[in-house]
Amino acid sequence: MKRGRIAALTLLAWVAASLLAPWLAPSPYQRIDLAHRLEAPSSSHLLGTDELGRDLLSRLLYGGRVSLSVAAACVVVSLCIGGCAGAMAGYGGGSADFLFGRVVDVLMALPGLLLAIAIVAYVGRGLGALLLALSATAWVGYARVARSMALALKRRAFAEASLVSGATRWRVIGRHVLPNIAPVLLAQSAAGAAGVMLSEAGLSFLGLGIQPPYPSWGATLSAGCDVLLEAPHLALAPGALLFVVVWALQSLGEAASEWMDPRRRHALVRL
Amino acid sequence: MGDAELTGFLAKRMLWVLPTLWGVVTLVFLLGHALPSDPVEIMLGETASPAKKAELRHDLGLDRPLPDQYFLYMARLCQGELGRSLKTGRPVAEEIGEAFPLTLRLGLWALFMAAAVALPLGAAAARWPGGSLDRGALFLSTAGLSMPSFFLGPVLLLAFAVWRPWFPVSGSGEPGAIVLPAVTLAMPLAGFLTRTVRASMREESSRDYLRAARAKGLGETAAFIRHAGPNGLSPVVTIMGIQLGAVLTGAVLAEKIFRWPGLGTLVLSAIASRDYPLIQGVILAFAGVAVAANLLADVAVAIADPRAR
Repeated sequence: MKRGRIAALTLLAWVAASLLAPWLAPSPYQRIDLAHRLEAPSSSHLLGTDELGRDLLSRLLYGGRVSLSVAAACVVVSLCIGGCAGAMAGYGGGSADFLFGRVVDVLMALPGLLLAIAIVAYVGRGLGALLLALSATAWVGYARVARSMALALKRRAFAEASLVSGATRWRVIGRHVLPNIAPVLLAQSAAGAAGVMLSEAGLSFLGLGIQPPYPSWGATLSAGCDVLLEAPHLALAPGALLFVVVWALQSLGEAASEWMDPRRRHALVRL
Repeated sequence: MGDAELTGFLAKRMLWVLPTLWGVVTLVFLLGHALPSDPVEIMLGETASPAKKAELRHDLGLDRPLPDQYFLYMARLCQGELGRSLKTGRPVAEEIGEAFPLTLRLGLWALFMAAAVALPLGAAAARWPGGSLDRGALFLSTAGLSMPSFFLGPVLLLAFAVWRPWFPVSGSGEPGAIVLPAVTLAMPLAGFLTRTVRASMREESSRDYLRAARAKGLGETAAFIRHAGPNGLSPVVTIMGIQLGAVLTGAVLAEKIFRWPGLGTLVLSAIASRDYPLIQGVILAFAGVAVAANLLADVAVAIADPRAR
């Protein structure tokens, strides 16, 4: 549990830094200063400057803000879609469940990054496309858990009693199935958010994710790879930040699933 | 249980691939054709003249009804016809044929490296659960899972190609060039596999047959290796098959860092130059390999482990 607490504090610090970015950032993230390109960390620029002389610390603070918003939006969207689709398939059964199974089969057969790249390649770059690309695979994990839980909940006495006393199936799903599934899905969402963060940064690294003028850790890392010898800080700083945030989300997810169910202590984490 | 059972299983499993493959191929078609985005506009830019747009639309067959396009696409695909690259004019299949072996080599090296680390580490962690080795393995696997390959790659590059110039910085020509990109790719997989091996071996270690092996006087470690090992491995092989597809796609990131001229580099340049036939071909190739690797793992497990049939 100690690890979970450290992870939670780390994430809290990240969220606070993102919210307070306008006050914390030493200079505007878009201010270009070509006279001071690729400078090493110093007292005037705590983390140095990037290829256009912009303050790296400010860019990372704002980049974290963008990543946080994208990850949060994606988790909310995929949690809702996955939870509802899974609950309906599991509770409804029959052809709805069959259709659900085939869609999941196809999506599981494709590596997540591939589908995301494909979507961005066809839809074009931008925040909307990025959100679609990330959510298109992220919902499947929630949906599979929701489906298997709904399948079990369907036979529980309270769900059957509600149906017998005149509730519609939609009402049973809404009032009994979904509330029982929600805590488990929420616990799952921490590890899910770790995956989303990695995919988003990966896409941004490839130039397919967050686009300028917004700063992003992935894109900064990519620029840093081009000047790795002259200015290693440009690649190392955003990489280390991303590692810490993803590690914290991953650890929080583990702590949450441990807390939810001691038997699942050694359960696999979705990659 | 005989060969007939095995053959039956294999035939059924192969048949099951067909609907999945059809679904994947259809999904790629829908992405390219049914989305509200207009590839012609993206290819030519918004300022192009309507006549030019109409011409390109006709050349690509985009002016026909959607079902017609779909049947044409499927018919061509069944003949292995992927079209020609808009940029180079060469057949897409030829471009993929050149890049694919390089990516596959990278992926297989990474898979091999990850297995070489994860199998002993995961098994040892399961043999002494709760011990310092177990905790170390858990820590390493979480670190591996959290380490973005596009961060590990530059770090390895700085450490082992610049600071200690043991390996070439980039490219695929020189010997040893494959090591750093393969390690980069192997790291998250090793983290994931270690957990899988550990979980699977833990499950086996409470089985009756292991209790019997202990009862007949076999030492705990010997029983673990001889009896739990083979049984605990089959879910690991399945996972490896599933992960190979993800590893090959993940190679896109490693290929960019180390300038490895594989499928990832090909698809990125195709996206940059809006070469839609090439993009579609590479995506289908990646998807096809993922489905095939999955099938291969299931077949391997079925041959080795009668319980899985």
